[in-house]
Amino acid sequence: MESLIVSIYVFTLAVFIGFELITKVPPLLHTPLMSGSNAISGITVVGALLAANADNWGLSSILGIFAIAFAMINVIGGFMVTDRMLSMFKKDKKAEKGA
Amino acid sequence: MIYLEQFSYLLASVLFIIALKMLGSAKTARKGMQYAMFAMALAIVITLIISGIVGPIQIIIGMVVGGLIGGVVAKRIEMTSMPQMVALFNGFGGIASTLVAYSEYLRYSGAETMDVRVTVILSLFIGTVTLTGSLIAYAKLQGVMPGRPIVLPLHQLLNLLLVVGVVIFGIMNVMEPSVQMWAILIIATAAIFGITFVIPIGGADMPVVIALLNSYSGLAASATGFVLSNNVLIIAGALVGASGLILTQLMCDAMNRSLFNVLFGAVGTDDSTGDAGTGGGEQKTVTRYTAEDVAMIMDTVQSVIIVPGYGLAVAQAQHVLHEMGELLTAKGIDVKYAIHPVAGRMPGHMNVLLAEANVPYDVLYEMDDINDDFQNTDVALIIGANDVVNPSARTKKDSPLYGMPILNVDYARTVMFVKRSMGAGFAGEANPLFFDDKTMMVFGDAKAVITGLVKALKEE
Repeated sequence: MESLIVSIYVFTLAVFIGFELITKVPPLLHTPLMSGSNAISGITVVGALLAANADNWGLSSILGIFAIAFAMINVIGGFMVTDRMLSMFKKDKKAEKGA
Repeated sequence: MIYLEQFSYLLASVLFIIALKMLGSAKTARKGMQYAMFAMALAIVITLIISGIVGPIQIIIGMVVGGLIGGVVAKRIEMTSMPQMVALFNGFGGIASTLVAYSEYLRYSGAETMDVRVTVILSLFIGTVTLTGSLIAYAKLQGVMPGRPIVLPLHQLLNLLLVVGVVIFGIMNVMEPSVQMWAILIIATAAIFGITFVIPIGGADMPVVIALLNSYSGLAASATGFVLSNNVLIIAGALVGASGLILTQLMCDAMNRSLFNVLFGAVGTDDSTGDAGTGGGEQKTVTRYTAEDVAMIMDTVQSVIIVPGYGLAVAQAQHVLHEMGELLTAKGIDVKYAIHPVAGRMPGHMNVLLAEANVPYDVLYEMDDINDDFQNTDVALIIGANDVVNPSARTKKDSPLYGMPILNVDYARTVMFVKRSMGAGFAGEANPLFFDDKTMMVFGDAKAVITGLVKALKEE
């Protein structure tokens, strides 16, 4: 029970930090925010790694392997596409010269 | 060793928070995401090392296969297709959580505490709903299935029954963890609920839905963290959950709709579009102009605000629009872009599409920052947008748009619409501004019209 309480504490405080931070993200960056969120929610890969390793190749760890693959799609895909997008945001001066 | 593990997770959590803080400005955003990447790498590597699981080749294969798929998608995806990609990735986050929770369930020894049993059920439920709901959202956005709302008979009752079903199967699962059927029934019921939850939501409301599912994918990760008592999962998931929820709220505000209305209102049926379209005063005439006419006017003006809508992206006209903007700027005209929060198919979508076309971000203005400028502006040039500039939203009480915040284009001295047809927007509400004396309508494909405009501007 104690660990559940700690988890609820951590979760609640993190939600509040999230609210504080995200309200300051300008609409300009909302799409990168969402794809970046995809990447960050890929943190499930940590749980997947633990699950995959837990027994001697029964169904349980096979499910873990699939979880690893799905979570890694989010991690790599999410971060790469976010970086690709953010690299396109340029300030005025440079863009003028390029045109 | 446990300290090394826990402190690494703590460091990763802090870095995720800093990364989101740095997303507060376009200048620092990219660097911030690099911190997040480092945090993710740290969490993964430390998990591999501490648990001594560098060995099994299957784990490496799982990582490489997933990473490769993600990498290819990220490289190839068109910016216009970002909503579909985010929808799909939300779903992947969901299924990963479901799989981890089920894997945990299969390892029950009988000594689990009540907490673990309950959080496993929660994780199975949220993960699966996120998965199937996201797949439906993806199918609607990709055009694999029709975007219009699909409402089954007694739809809300069905949803209610499904939720009650999950609760009952959940209780059974807690009481008899050894009976696998209960866990499978939870997943199956959640899967159906995810589908029935999203199918009644119309295509135009998809920005809200993907933001909401983005939130769920975060909550799914958090739920997995609860199952494993792993704080970095809980924190990262909670951050994403909060983010998705805020975006959901912002999108609802921008449409002046409640989340309840978006989720259960089934707005956007074919019927309502037809009705409102004919009721909008088709008898009146509009004045048609050509790109050349517009170019001539542009010679006499000092300020232009461009209002891009999704029609612009559909016509792939962003690049030629940027060229036009440059030409106008070269003539000494003050050019700005006004971006409505729901321009595009997901939050912030239009900004990305314009950034891709090299439009510098400091000429992109949010609605609240630019709305007072229209009255001092010579030309409002609206390309492929309609509902977000419809003045009926201010005045016409029975309009589905009533109360929605709009861009005040009607305050500009001249209003120009580049549009494919007279057709109403998603809301099915005719735009009285089309018939205004100061309005110039240029009909045609956005790309063709603007290309013509660029040509005419160059000839002068």
